[in-house]
Amino acid sequence: MCENCGCGSTAEAPISVSARHDAQDQAHEHEHEHEPGLEHEHSDDHDHGHRHSHEASHSHSHSHHSHSHEAAGPESSPAQAAESRRTLEVRRAILDKNDRLAERNRGFFRARGLLVLNVLSAPGSGKTAFLRETVRTLAPHLKAGVIVGDLATDNDAQRLRETGAPVVQITTGTVCHLEAQMVARAVAQLDLNGLGLLIIENVGNLVCPAAYDLGEELRVVLLSVTEGEDKPLKYPPMFQAADVVVISKIDLAAACGYDRDLALAHLRRIAPRARLFETSARTGQGMDEWREFLLCQSAEQKARDPLGSEP
Amino acid sequence: MHELSIMQSALSMALDQARQAGASQVLVIRLRIGALSGVAPDALQFAFEVLAPGTLAEKAQLAIEPVPARFWCADCRREFVSDDLFAECPGCHRPSGELRAGRELEVASLEIE
Repeated sequence: MCENCGCGSTAEAPISVSARHDAQDQAHEHEHEHEPGLEHEHSDDHDHGHRHSHEASHSHSHSHHSHSHEAAGPESSPAQAAESRRTLEVRRAILDKNDRLAERNRGFFRARGLLVLNVLSAPGSGKTAFLRETVRTLAPHLKAGVIVGDLATDNDAQRLRETGAPVVQITTGTVCHLEAQMVARAVAQLDLNGLGLLIIENVGNLVCPAAYDLGEELRVVLLSVTEGEDKPLKYPPMFQAADVVVISKIDLAAACGYDRDLALAHLRRIAPRARLFETSARTGQGMDEWREFLLCQSAEQKARDPLGSEP
Repeated sequence: MHELSIMQSALSMALDQARQAGASQVLVIRLRIGALSGVAPDALQFAFEVLAPGTLAEKAQLAIEPVPARFWCADCRREFVSDDLFAECPGCHRPSGELRAGRELEVASLEIE
């Protein structure tokens, strides 16, 4: 189930390898960081009945008395119920499973020097037209493949296939976002040989996909001029997580009374570090700049040490 | 709706852990919820009351530890705390895009017996 809106999810459908790992992780994975201030304190009332090996990750539990022993010594504490009361450290993100699968995807992509974009927007912002132009303008320099997520139909995939690029459609059914596991499965259907760029066109939705890391290198959020200048303020988590914001349909700016200064001011406020592009897939405006940016990012990705965290 | 599905995931994680530890019941579930996680603690509490009956956590108390949002200003090289998503650095009054804490959605620990 989607952690955000509660829509159905295919996340339960197992990827065989990962499902096995998950079962193990449930039992054993517990990163035991002792950050200052977060260390568990052992007061005198505690009964230290726990293993405390710091070499291996382990599930960490220790007995815990909530009542005080001021009068009686610990050996005379009789209350059976209190004896059995234990604290179980869990410290796991509720979206833990997706995050781990996303990291695995990222390692795989980096090892291949493949630049991966997670492209997000509201429905109808022009993602597919923008991506079609992106693939076309890059074609002489960099070969791109596309994974497209939609609730139903493969219309977008067909539109993208016209470019000649390899395209895999993920039809999510009732799920309003893509998850790392779906991407891993889709990637297995793509011939990655010769590809320098993988574009993941997420389901059109400005809410739920923000919470799901897919293992991408860059998160690209589209905002069309027809959507209103204050959209970034209405959907802050999505825009805040953006590495790149593309303002699309810029050719319609005059027709819909788009206030550029206001839109840019809002974007800078919510996403001050995001790179901004203003484009029109129809007229080609801004597409050269976008292409050069991607070529530069792709070169960086190829030069990246797959084992290092940053280039 | 949002909180209901998050609570469902948190509860199922908690129950798995409790069962693996051989618990007969869960007494407390502690969550850490970031100020900017987009999740309302009251709604989580409500969802918990809907979901817990009939589980090992039926009588459990849900304890939510809020995590304040901490931003990093790269220009001033300082960290500052704010619960406003549009936080400005108190030093240079520029917005900070780097959130260091505040998005947490985490099952922290359980009390079981």
